[in-house]
Amino acid sequence: MLNLLVSIKQVPDTTNIRINPETGTLIREGVPAVINPYDISALALACNLKKTYGGKITVITMGPPQARLALKEAIEYFADRIILLTDRRFAGADTLATSYTLAEAIKFLEKTDRPFDLYLFGKQAIDGDTAQVGPGVAARLNVPVITYTIKIEELDLEKRKIVVQRKTERGIEILSARLPVLLTCEKEAGHPVFSPLSAILQAQKAEPEVFGADGRIPYDLNRLGLKGSPTRVHRVYTPEIKKQGKMINLDEVGVEAAVEEIIKLFKAKGVL
Amino acid sequence: MTAETSKEVWVYIEQEEKAIHPVSFELLGVAKRLAQDLEGITAGVLLGHEVSDLTSEIFAYGADKVYIVSHPALAYYRHRAYAKALYEVAKRYKPEILLLPATPLGRDLAGGVATLLETGLTADVTELSIDKATKNLLMTRPAYGGNIMATIICPDHRPQMASVRPRIFPMPERKEGRTGEIITVEVELSEEEVGVERIGFIPKEKTVKIELAEVIVAGGKGIGGKEGFAKLFELSKLLNGEVGASRLAVEAGWISYEHQVGQTGKTVRPKVYLAVGISGAIQHRAGMQNSDCIISINIDPKADIFKISDLGIVGDWKKIIPALIERIKKEKGLG
Ligand SMILES: Cc1cc2nc3c(=O)[nH]c(=O)nc-3n(C[C@H](O)[C@H](O)[C@H](O)COP(=O)(O)OP(=O)(O)OC[C@H]3O[C@@H](n4cnc5c(N)ncnc54)[C@H](O)[C@@H]3O)c2cc1C
Ligand SMILES: Nc1ncnc2c1ncn2[C@@H]1O[C@H](COP(=O)(O)O)[C@@H](O)[C@H]1O
Repeated sequence: MLNLLVSIKQVPDTTNIRINPETGTLIREGVPAVINPYDISALALACNLKKTYGGKITVITMGPPQARLALKEAIEYFADRIILLTDRRFAGADTLATSYTLAEAIKFLEKTDRPFDLYLFGKQAIDGDTAQVGPGVAARLNVPVITYTIKIEELDLEKRKIVVQRKTERGIEILSARLPVLLTCEKEAGHPVFSPLSAILQAQKAEPEVFGADGRIPYDLNRLGLKGSPTRVHRVYTPEIKKQGKMINLDEVGVEAAVEEIIKLFKAKGVL
Repeated sequence: MTAETSKEVWVYIEQEEKAIHPVSFELLGVAKRLAQDLEGITAGVLLGHEVSDLTSEIFAYGADKVYIVSHPALAYYRHRAYAKALYEVAKRYKPEILLLPATPLGRDLAGGVATLLETGLTADVTELSIDKATKNLLMTRPAYGGNIMATIICPDHRPQMASVRPRIFPMPERKEGRTGEIITVEVELSEEEVGVERIGFIPKEKTVKIELAEVIVAGGKGIGGKEGFAKLFELSKLLNGEVGASRLAVEAGWISYEHQVGQTGKTVRPKVYLAVGISGAIQHRAGMQNSDCIISINIDPKADIFKISDLGIVGDWKKIIPALIERIKKEKGLG
């Protein structure tokens, strides 16, 4: 039986992001929060593995109290246990503090239950696009990491071995690893399917187990949140736009003259 | 990691199959400028197996020093082997700054190494400078889809780490014959601890390298379909260039993702960027605004792309692009 951990993040739906041009701050009202799309792939992958091999799925997230909604949604992917890490002292975490908070919680879960075989993360979270948390957690758990996973080719629980396809700049790498291993998932890794009504109903009722920095998980308070984050935002500003050059109107000058303008620039830049 | 550091600005030199990724040289260029402001030196860190031949290139692009770790376990990129090696070198020689390419491999490596070093890491930086008063590194990156810029600092931990995408910074001048100090570092690595082994590789059939093109003819939603893109391909070929695209054109299925320029695509800085039927959304501009010369064609006189164009042409591309193609053919004696 497989013991799977999926780490998900709730993010603002960045396709709808609007910025207040006066203050340069994010307009949060009306921006829906969703599960990071790559984490959906990780959930779908876990769901598939559970169907094939049997086992248990634990889903974890660190975030504000409303992140519980993301976890409830995870139940639709047949998650068995959902864990919310929320505490004021977690707030303001950069990727170093985030990976610490997640890794300590994962170690706690392993100690109080049993070790995981696979840790599934998204390739990156679309709000920051950093792709740092997965490799960071792997370093803290001292397990190998395979990033940009697109497919699990083979999984042998007896031999504790997994074969994974991973996307690189030059092609697809096929890697063999021993379990446990941490995978970060590309979109292709898992495709969500429609959840049965029973799962949706269950999701509505489900509530996550909540952990904070209250001592149950033995956190070093200096390593959490803003305090535990080496990076600081020094300044925020709206990008300035480069100056506008020459403008011509095709209907006024005619095609020929416009073409000559382009040719002139091509020649000046040495590309023609 | 805190504590005293040398005043060294390091660049992680990314190599695969003994070929250095050019972004490493771009980073050596910035590293040099930062090192000058810190009155320090520039160093490259090279990991691999039997890669010492590559050091001369690293010196040619401006490194004063090269740290090299050579080990059979580093014959090809594997996270645990590379992360441990880079961590060990940084722990021993304590750089002030460590820059890495924000390529897939560089990103994979950076997150692990920063965690092992317990230091801060800023991803996808587009601007780097030294704060005159504090001597801290100012790392500026786009946030919230490029709608705002944030300058990040890492005041109390060293090294200060940042990853930078290809083509954000210009290629520095190459000086043949430049040399410097080579420091060979021994690191213990075992297959057991690496834990991952490559058992196969399927190379991409065709890799599109628009990052390095000198001319890019880019199309957007206004191109209207595959036939339109065929015209852009014809034009780019005449100019020895490549074709770029906006995300909407990619999403419409008119051209593959490898051509996408922008925040979630590639960053380019060609000599000439010809934007055709592209509105110039901030996420698109983020990937091309450093181009040397921007020419745009759009029927909408209020399109944002015009605000950053050296030459803006208000009009229908269907009228001007075919005429431009004919004109260039004539110029080249092809028509
Ligand atoms: C998180 C996030 C990441 C993103 N990443 C990227 C990215 O990496 N790259 C990217 O490009 N976008 C990205 N986008 C999308 C971006 O916001 C824009 O939606 C997109 O760039 C618009 O593409 P477009 O200019 O082709 O389309 P449109 O905005 O629809 O513009 C089409 C233009 O074509 C002009 N046109 C129409 N017909 C003609 C004609 N016959 N002749 C001349 N002009 C004509 C129109 O006037 C119009 O200006 C991202 C968005 C988000 C939220
Ligand atoms: N706050 C969080 N809680 C749980 N998982 C997270 C959190 N932040 C990041 N992750 C995981 O790490 C991946 C990469 O995130 P990032 O490094 O922020 O791009 C995400 O796809 C998630 O799987």
